Amino acid sequence: MIGVLKAMIWRDVRQSYASGGTWLPVIFYLSAATLFPFAVGPDRDLLLQTGGGILWIAALLATLLPLDRLVQPDLDNGLFDQLLVRGVTDELIAFARLISHWLAFGPPLLFAALLASGLMGLEGPQLIILLASLAIATPALAGLAVMIAALTAGLKGAGALGGLLLVPLAIPLLIFGAGSLADQSGSALLFLSAVSLLLVAITPFAAGAALRAVRE
Amino acid sequence: MREEGSENLRAEALACVRGDNLLFRDLNFALTPGQAGLVTGPNGVGKSSLLRLIAGLLQPFSGTIHVPTSIALCDDRMALDENLPLRDALRFWARIDGRTQKDIADAMDAAGMSHLAEVPVRFFSTGQRQRARLVRTFLTGSNLWLLDEPANGLDMTSVELLGRTLQAHLDGGGIILAASHIALPIAFDVSLKLDVLEEMETPL
Repeated sequence: MIGVLKAMIWRDVRQSYASGGTWLPVIFYLSAATLFPFAVGPDRDLLLQTGGGILWIAALLATLLPLDRLVQPDLDNGLFDQLLVRGVTDELIAFARLISHWLAFGPPLLFAALLASGLMGLEGPQLIILLASLAIATPALAGLAVMIAALTAGLKGAGALGGLLLVPLAIPLLIFGAGSLADQSGSALLFLSAVSLLLVAITPFAAGAALRAVRE
Repeated sequence: MREEGSENLRAEALACVRGDNLLFRDLNFALTPGQAGLVTGPNGVGKSSLLRLIAGLLQPFSGTIHVPTSIALCDDRMALDENLPLRDALRFWARIDGRTQKDIADAMDAAGMSHLAEVPVRFFSTGQRQRARLVRTFLTGSNLWLLDEPANGLDMTSVELLGRTLQAHLDGGGIILAASHIALPIAFDVSLKLDVLEEMETPL
């Protein structure tokens, strides 16, 4: 099964990077970060205070971009069915998708966050906390994306529905993630880790159950 | 109930329900190694559902089905990366099925596709796409081949070629269950004719 998992993850990651879909969230992220100083003005103090929060919101929105190509295309072209016929479970499919999506989504987003924080004037400990919080949260954001994509697969207007679903589910991540920027004690990062771990842990089961339900 | 690990393919009092419709019931048949079965019947009668049920993608409503552990399903979907050349797209399944480069070459040969190995899947014509699906099925090395309209879109030569590959599979102790409107050039041991049920009975 490890070999199967590796083959699945490798295929997805290669496909994401080859199709260029990986860079879409990055470009979106940088655009959002570039627009923000235009909107509020070049006041350095204001940017320093709010920049981290904006970069967090942009990360949530970037999560929405790949939703439509996470599950639906492979459901349509029979890939999942072929894997199931070979004895691969829905949970393993979802788990592989979680890992491959994080690999295609997390590192580029962190890279974009590094560039964008320069635009906001973030530096020193603030920058490190922002990158750490995003690094902790990206697996959970990838998990949420996989869960929502599986839940809305086959539905009309899945994209819009996905946006609606993500907002409430991502609130704990946003509270502890953006909260960690102003938090001196470091406990917000710990809470963020706990929430992230929980979301990652339930993803294979929730997304797997959704995939099974679509088939019936 | 669906039980894996049997040498034969055997259905006992099998019934299938999709949505609120009973598609078929009391279906009994058995195929031993080297035997082929043909499923016929009008559109929408449940031929594809029967194949998906045997493949484990649907649950039987009642009855029992005994299946071999290793099954290959060839339906109307590609499950191949459209942007990759055929050989590279097949390599993914070869890795999962534990097959070698030579197996890929042999399977492409069996469907007359060797000259298309370097062509991206998205450029294939209807018939070539169907042959690519067949190659993916040949490549699995499974005992039981479930073929849903395997000759769709194939020209005469390709149907003949398909017949030869199917016969070789049977001669090697394989089992084939096919649903096809187009006559396939092999001898079928079992014929399953699915009929529209007279009264649409609702279960429960």
